[in-house]
Amino acid sequence: MGRYLLRRLVESAVTLVLATMVVFLGVRALPGDPARTLAGEEADPVAIDEIRRQYGLDQPVPVQYYRYLENLARGEMGDSLRTGLPVTETIRDALPVTLQLAVFSLAVAVLIGIGTGVVAAVRRRGPAEWGANTVALLGLSIPNFWLGLMAILVFAIAFPVLPASGFVSVFENPVESFRHLLMPSLVLGTGLAAVVMRQTRSAMLESLSADYVRTARAKGLSGAQVVLSHALRNSLIVVVTIVGLQLGGLISGAVVTEQIFVLPGFGKLTIDAVFTRDYPMIQGVVLVTAAAYIGINLLVDMLYSVIDPRIRVGGAAL
Amino acid sequence: MRPGGEPLLAVRDLTVRFRTEDGPVLAVDGASFEVAGQETVALVGESGCGKSVTAMALTGLLPPNATVSGEVRFGGDNLQQRSRSALRAIRGREIAYVFQEPMTSLNPVLTIGRQIAEVLHRHQRLRGAPARRRAVELLDLVGIPLPARRLREYPHQLSGGMRQRAMIAMALACTPKLLVADEPTTALDVTVQAGILDVLRTLSAETGTAVLLITHDLGVVADIADRVVVMYAGRVIEEADVDDLFARPGHPYTRGLLDAVPNPARRSDGSLREIPGRVPVLASSPDACTFADRCSRADSTCRVHRPELVPGPAGHPVRCWHPLAPVVAGERR
Repeated sequence: MGRYLLRRLVESAVTLVLATMVVFLGVRALPGDPARTLAGEEADPVAIDEIRRQYGLDQPVPVQYYRYLENLARGEMGDSLRTGLPVTETIRDALPVTLQLAVFSLAVAVLIGIGTGVVAAVRRRGPAEWGANTVALLGLSIPNFWLGLMAILVFAIAFPVLPASGFVSVFENPVESFRHLLMPSLVLGTGLAAVVMRQTRSAMLESLSADYVRTARAKGLSGAQVVLSHALRNSLIVVVTIVGLQLGGLISGAVVTEQIFVLPGFGKLTIDAVFTRDYPMIQGVVLVTAAAYIGINLLVDMLYSVIDPRIRVGGAAL
Repeated sequence: MRPGGEPLLAVRDLTVRFRTEDGPVLAVDGASFEVAGQETVALVGESGCGKSVTAMALTGLLPPNATVSGEVRFGGDNLQQRSRSALRAIRGREIAYVFQEPMTSLNPVLTIGRQIAEVLHRHQRLRGAPARRRAVELLDLVGIPLPARRLREYPHQLSGGMRQRAMIAMALACTPKLLVADEPTTALDVTVQAGILDVLRTLSAETGTAVLLITHDLGVVADIADRVVVMYAGRVIEEADVDDLFARPGHPYTRGLLDAVPNPARRSDGSLREIPGRVPVLASSPDACTFADRCSRADSTCRVHRPELVPGPAGHPVRCWHPLAPVVAGERR
């Protein structure tokens, strides 16, 4: 297990370095000249050259990349071209908003998704399965933005029980934070819940017909024990995989959701940075997003080996 | 069948139907047999003859699309009339199961120890250190070396034979009165089979557990069974003490099964004889002998009249219009 973890950590580090290269080169491949943008429409070439020199844009690309890495190692990503504030600081302020939104949405998705998925598999060919399937279909086909707007219309305007916008950190005021995040995370979580439900259901149907479930029943275990500690435990590997894959979707979904509910999060930051061609900021947000993906993948792989002992020896078994 | 007292298990007219997408299937057609306490009875037949379904039907383990009728008396109780929770209390404690494929029958993501402890907790409220001690004892009993270490291991870390021993340990955890072993050696290497049969034989004798052994392997039957019940297409077609059955089979199908077993003494005979055709899948019980289409002795009676299970020429019950006459040893061929 220790060696496996070490190997995965090294792999992740390599991926992260590759990600910095892609980010760095990708941003430079974008059309448009940042120095010209910064200097303004009517700036004279001298001023533009001055800005180039100031930001090191006149240096060869490898040198720029080296400087970029050097700064990164010190935890610096430069200053935003738009606001002049350090990129790291801005990201540090926005990230917790999105993280809390993501965690809430994930909780919604996993609770609803696994719960209904299990019920749909156990109560097969009954109204419960039919109901769960309908909900899943709706969850998959209703777009986030529409659901968000409808939720605001109903719960903030027609029946003003929840705030329509704004963010309160869970560490400052848990109750208010919950009230503010409830609608956004339900809106963001339903799509994922539908995916999780369908995957859980099909994985459960397979586990429920497995020989070990017959053995569990032959041991005289109760229905709940058979379903939860035998069938569900074996289905979780599929569920974790799908959740891991879909977390990326959750991040991009957060962009839309944050716009609707005016949450000062990472998604909003990304959109603003791209529209203003704020290079240092784009580099920063893309790198952090990439790091998040890598981290999630690592976490999912670790979870695999917790759930399924056959994966524990680094894939040697089976 | 046995003199003296009520048998441990008495199955009367057990019928199992499945509703399937291809229409109804009659899997067990009025099967009746008994198992006495401490006795080992083999339920024999080809795949698809209904022997596993019979075993599962005893304690209500069949899926919801099965309809079961008839009577299953166990220790004087009619299990068919017991509630689902009462059946759960019997499963694992009084009637335990060992299945064919130990790799898939054990849960791959739980340790061996956990899977044994589960039974102990369910039926004997044992947990923690006492449960662990008992689990070690059980693994030791079935001949698994280093039992304390094996408890922490997962099924994939054990060999096939060791896994099946662990299954047996799990089944015997609460010293059941009846052990239903469904093809316990079929998935194992021949060299390992003998060991498993040994464990089954020794432990059932030591604990006084009766065994209902489901198998198609007549070698296993000869090795371990006291009595044999032969099934064909959902019906019991012959029943006899093991020596009797091997020496004087009454049903042509039983004869066919015996002839299909390699026997060095008959090698001059050339190749093995197989029974032509397949076990039919029936939608309902025909008023005929279900073996008629594959039987060389079949005549018009066999095709329109259903034979009953009645004592044949050899003295034991046979379901056949034209049972084979007992052959004096040495006279055959």
